[in-house]
Amino acid sequence: MGLRPRGVVRAIFGPRINMDETRLCRIVVVTNPQGLHARPADLFVKVASRFVAKVELVKDHERVDGKSIIHLLTLGATQGTQLSIEASGPDAEAALVALADLFAQNFLEGEADESGH
Amino acid sequence: MKFADFVSREAIIANLAADDKEGVIREMTLALMNAGKIAAGEHEGIVKAILKREELGSTGIGRGVAVPHTKHASVERLVGTVAVSHEGVDFNSLDGEKVHLFFLLISPPDRPGDHLRALENVSRQLRDDTFCRFLKQASSAKDVVALLDDADTSQ
Repeated sequence: MGLRPRGVVRAIFGPRINMDETRLCRIVVVTNPQGLHARPADLFVKVASRFVAKVELVKDHERVDGKSIIHLLTLGATQGTQLSIEASGPDAEAALVALADLFAQNFLEGEADESGH
Repeated sequence: MKFADFVSREAIIANLAADDKEGVIREMTLALMNAGKIAAGEHEGIVKAILKREELGSTGIGRGVAVPHTKHASVERLVGTVAVSHEGVDFNSLDGEKVHLFFLLISPPDRPGDHLRALENVSRQLRDDTFCRFLKQASSAKDVVALLDDADTSQ
């Protein structure tokens, strides 16, 4: 346990996972008052799909495909929900940075959402 | 949250007449008005608000499904309805596919959690291919109700 680099989880379960492949993860929190609703989910999928890496979003024990909007919406992630973004593949690290950034920037909503235009 | 918690049965449309985005939204909103779920005077404003939301990005979330929605101060609780188009409607979906199943939601502005839970329920059920296929084949409101009830009980 102590030898495992922080933020890196070796994929040790699941028969389809290549044992050599490392899975990187980043913990994020939904700060948007509206939660992870359709628009942010759409944006997440658009950004995730730019990368070759396999991207998953994990809430508690639920793991969904980060490149499917329907899957993301099944999480029902309200404001304050802690999620783990997990990525594996050649550009996993860049994918994590870009996706965590979406959370940090509140999915670029904020003003547009409440101004009523 | 279950379908029964937000789908207004009297407003279900098993065979949409409309064949474009605005028409579908208008027809579904009208059905909610006729079912007494939204006030008559609010109908047009709600249609406009839903169309405005569509401009930010289509709610056609793929797999032939769309979830047009808006917040609106005239409703006190989340109201919604379901409609089926057998021909399919061009909805500028995210995956480019025509939309056959519509879940329209109108929520009070101060209840984002309810909206999210409804979306969660809809998307969870839609991962089930059989449910999607059966719903697309529904030929009466009764069929739709039966499928929604079935999904609710197997949840």
